[in-house]
Amino acid sequence: MRRRAANAACVLIAAAVAFPLYWMVLAALKPPGEIQSADPRPWTLAPSLDSFRRVLDVQNFGLYFVNSLVVALLVVALSLVAAFLAAVALTRFRFRGRTVLLVMLLVAQMVPVEALTIPLFFLMRSFGEVVPAVGLNQLGSLVLVHLAFSLPFAIWMLRGFVAAVPVELEEAAALDGASRFRFTWRVLFPLVAPGLVAASVLSFIHAWNDFLFARTFLISGTDNRTLPLGLLVFFKPEEQDWGAIMAGATLMTVPVLVFFVVVQRHLVSGLGGALKG
Amino acid sequence: MAPPITPVAPDARTRAARQGLHRGETRSALLYLVPAGVVLVGLLAYPLYQLVVISLYDYGQPQAAGAAPLVFLGFENYVSLLGDPRFWDVLAATVLFAAVCVGGSLLVGTALAVLATRASPWARKLLFLAALGAWATPAMAGSYVWLFLFDQDFGLVNEVLSTLGLAVDGHSWTFGRFSAFGLVAGEIIWCSFPFVMVTMYAGISAIPREVVEAAALDGASATRTATSVLLPILRPLIAIATVQSTIWDFKVFTQIYVMTNGGGVAGQNLVLNVFAYQEAFAGQRYGLGAAIGVVMTVLLMLITVVYLRIRR
Repeated sequence: MRRRAANAACVLIAAAVAFPLYWMVLAALKPPGEIQSADPRPWTLAPSLDSFRRVLDVQNFGLYFVNSLVVALLVVALSLVAAFLAAVALTRFRFRGRTVLLVMLLVAQMVPVEALTIPLFFLMRSFGEVVPAVGLNQLGSLVLVHLAFSLPFAIWMLRGFVAAVPVELEEAAALDGASRFRFTWRVLFPLVAPGLVAASVLSFIHAWNDFLFARTFLISGTDNRTLPLGLLVFFKPEEQDWGAIMAGATLMTVPVLVFFVVVQRHLVSGLGGALKG
Repeated sequence: MAPPITPVAPDARTRAARQGLHRGETRSALLYLVPAGVVLVGLLAYPLYQLVVISLYDYGQPQAAGAAPLVFLGFENYVSLLGDPRFWDVLAATVLFAAVCVGGSLLVGTALAVLATRASPWARKLLFLAALGAWATPAMAGSYVWLFLFDQDFGLVNEVLSTLGLAVDGHSWTFGRFSAFGLVAGEIIWCSFPFVMVTMYAGISAIPREVVEAAALDGASATRTATSVLLPILRPLIAIATVQSTIWDFKVFTQIYVMTNGGGVAGQNLVLNVFAYQEAFAGQRYGLGAAIGVVMTVLLMLITVVYLRIRR
């Protein structure tokens, strides 16, 4: 009896929690007339892709989507290589100053990156004078900052995965005549793949969701906007096209949802702590 | 290490080998550390140093454009910041707002975690799936969905309320200071309670059944079991969830910026992070903005130190 009551409560609350998402997708699929109507209905009899077409074609959200994707994927690729190399150095090599570096890595994770917008803005402006591709208004500037933000945690996490690979394996590879470099890339890299996946999902979500740095760095020009910025510019205080805004929001949510489903198993085991930022 | 094969002076051999290895190791370790090191020093450590430097200068639009020389102010930016009643108002609003968000997420998350332990697996999975959806929603998308739900003219909430005869038509939820803060807090609690729920659920499921049974055998009531047995066991987890949520909610930017249109009517909904952004990039007072950033960093570092103390 008590179990049945708990089940009923679970179902009701699950419905309430999921409702905003349902409402978002529903509004994105409603034909334009139904959204502006005085009494909104919780269903639609004539689903249409009009709103998606409107944002993708007219408002250029297709381009913004690709921009966001390019930034996030570049951050993932670069941070994986850099973080993996650093993790190998910190676990497999003995050298002076290793402990100091580890402590600094911990401190780096504490830095509230949101406070760094002002110096980073000026830094990117100076970068732009030397290498235009990473200056203000360029996607490269976003790649650089998110690379820096995602590295400390990615290194920290990969360290555990690299350390879990037995040293005997390395000795065996050395006996078989494999160089250290070869061992690192041919044996170690594939072995820490689960860690790489988890780290890359985190980097991806952080870069994909970022609004603050996109807002700060992309000040002029429309071609390099990312999705969040595109949504912000599209939103007008008085005459909102809610159908199109919800279509844009849906476009932004779907890739993250997919990624979350991929890592949901790891969510409980402490990884969740770093997800929302 | 492979055992030495030659019996000749094994000691000297290995020592030499080890030293050679050591030197080689340092060199390759440095090589492996270069990519991450360059990025972290250049884009994290240096900007952090620059943040402090900028906060000590009179850094406005002319200086940013290179048209006027920089004037060293010392702590003048901080003095004028601390003397500005607006700053204290924003700071108080930030603390209060974060407290409401953290309290709300903890309450909802813990309550639902307890509920999940009492439900059947299928119902629990359903709840977790819904929570996962809210958790995964990007702040930007979530903000707009909540704005739409509470929209003055086409929002579902106003529609339902007016059908029930509870509210006047066209009530604006973002106009009043507290109602706007409340709306944003609602969105934040919606997307951050799942973290608390998942953490607490893991903690509760890890408590051995025998502990609860022993308490029941000793004649403890359900409330007494909860407060005297379960709560102390879960305290470290609760502390972690609290501090982690505090760190997130203290530096919130996207939701406030989007839902209150950059800080609300006359800046009534500003929080520290948005305040720093507006001072720097809208008001072009970069020095003052950097000073706010330093204050925020110090406060967050203090919270993090507490966090690490608890975790250890």
